[in-house]
Amino acid sequence: MQSETIQNRLKEARDTIKKGGKPKYHEKLSEQGKMFARTRIEHLVDEGSFKEDAMFANFNAGDLPADGVITGTGLVEGRPVCIMANDSTIKAGSWGARTVEKIIRIQETAEKLRVPMLYLVDSAGARITDQLDMFPNRRGAGRIFHNQVRLSGTIPQICLLFGPSAAGGAYIPAFCDIVIMVEGNASMYLGSPRMAEKVIGEKVSLEEMGGARMHCSVSGCGDVLAKDEEEAIEHAVNYLSYFPLNFEGEIPVKEARAKQSDKELSGLILANQNAPFNMYEAIDTLIDEGSFFEIKKLFAPELITGFARMNGKPVGIIANQPKAKGGVLFVDSADKGAKFIQLCDAFNIPLLFLADVPGFMIGTKVERAGIIRHGAKLISAMSSATVPKISVVVRKAYGAGLYAMAGPAFEPDCCIALPSAQIAVMGPEAAVNAVYSNKIQDIEDPKEKIAFAQEKHKEYQEEIDIYRLASELIIDDIVEPDELRDVLISRFEYYASKTIPMPPKKHPVYPV
Amino acid sequence: MTQITSTMAGTVLQVLVNQGDEIENGQAVMMLESMKMEIPVEAETAGKVSEVKVNAGDFVNEGDTLLVLE
Repeated sequence: MQSETIQNRLKEARDTIKKGGKPKYHEKLSEQGKMFARTRIEHLVDEGSFKEDAMFANFNAGDLPADGVITGTGLVEGRPVCIMANDSTIKAGSWGARTVEKIIRIQETAEKLRVPMLYLVDSAGARITDQLDMFPNRRGAGRIFHNQVRLSGTIPQICLLFGPSAAGGAYIPAFCDIVIMVEGNASMYLGSPRMAEKVIGEKVSLEEMGGARMHCSVSGCGDVLAKDEEEAIEHAVNYLSYFPLNFEGEIPVKEARAKQSDKELSGLILANQNAPFNMYEAIDTLIDEGSFFEIKKLFAPELITGFARMNGKPVGIIANQPKAKGGVLFVDSADKGAKFIQLCDAFNIPLLFLADVPGFMIGTKVERAGIIRHGAKLISAMSSATVPKISVVVRKAYGAGLYAMAGPAFEPDCCIALPSAQIAVMGPEAAVNAVYSNKIQDIEDPKEKIAFAQEKHKEYQEEIDIYRLASELIIDDIVEPDELRDVLISRFEYYASKTIPMPPKKHPVYPV
Repeated sequence: MTQITSTMAGTVLQVLVNQGDEIENGQAVMMLESMKMEIPVEAETAGKVSEVKVNAGDFVNEGDTLLVLE
């Protein structure tokens, strides 16, 4: 039997470590609406399931409990995950040599166990005083990012951003599959406002330069904006429910539910192709109740991306939103779609494309921003995806918009049109104008002019009539809107066994 | 003072509010036409319209100010 002194020593050491930093830093946390790092983990995992590694890191230093990061393995809704959590009560969550080593080790554990890796980030960045031991070396901070890249696509990597992630540390979120940010507290930046003022002379607030709302709506670095930490943790748990543990794992299936909306799709589709139409309402007629988990809701709203369940099974939805920017594809929407498609394909989540798209944006501004290469990125991601993919043309798919939304040439398992659908290089008005503009100008009589344009418009409509496209085997079926949900559920069932041999190569040269 | 700006390049199709109108958050204040589509511009805050900067038929670039709220 151990002596009492030995027993007490262990208990005291553990208790000290678990307290984290000084009380004044804990007080600061509650002022900021933040939880202590250990409390965050308790909220995230199933009760009593967390097993911590290296809690004695830097124990001998005396004032650096766990060296400012908590790492270990736990269960989320009964499924294992690996976790790292910065403790901002200890030197603002900064990274010393052992902090970095612990993060690297938990990543290695996640790789071996083939389970998701969660990064709970709240850190000021490197401890400059320790830089030689943690920055440039083989197992320095760079290795964390190297590991993230290596792990990408093998296991889900999720970042919950509760506080700052500064300078080099900002790359942890950047390499994750998804970043959930807490509004008001989360921030991400390479140089702080203080540094920006000194180095480039810019005066700017932290929120404006690198705040959560900015990143979730402008830069696209954030995926989900949470109002507080509890909500952020709920989002992470919910997100994981759509994912297998690793790319070869089983996709979790939930109990099937009735569709989200009582409305019928046929009643929502507007006959006027050019009028704004709310795609969210259409999505709600197709998915299981309460199953929609949107990614990048506030960023590039002209393209909706999100996970949902149909008959209990996860599906990734990519849908044009005519209500925002006409559903036209832009540089940002192309980026948003490309990343989402890659994410679904990496973890075998089937893809549903809902097309209602006038095409990619034109004009000087977007050409200078490289709309063509960004569009190529989206088309490349969609084209490379080998998961079951179904393309539905809701009202229209014009130009390269048809391609981006998994048009017939890109091997969707089927391309379905609703009876209202139009597929063409461009819409009727634009086409008549492109082909006959000189001729129309030459006609002097105004009545005759209108009559001529109308006649050509009608001819064009006949040319692109959806039954003609079906007759030419361009589309695979025309489906009643109100039957679409059932059709999609059955078809996704059939396509689940899909395999596509890929041509031998190392990897493509991605357009970026 | 809040400004409502154009979400994309296009032509002003219809101005749906007048100077002095009280508008609600989410209300469509203008209809643009771009890429042959009708694009509603919605207010992101409530407020009173102090100035309408554009007329139907004007070309506007992304980011151009359409309305000013008090």
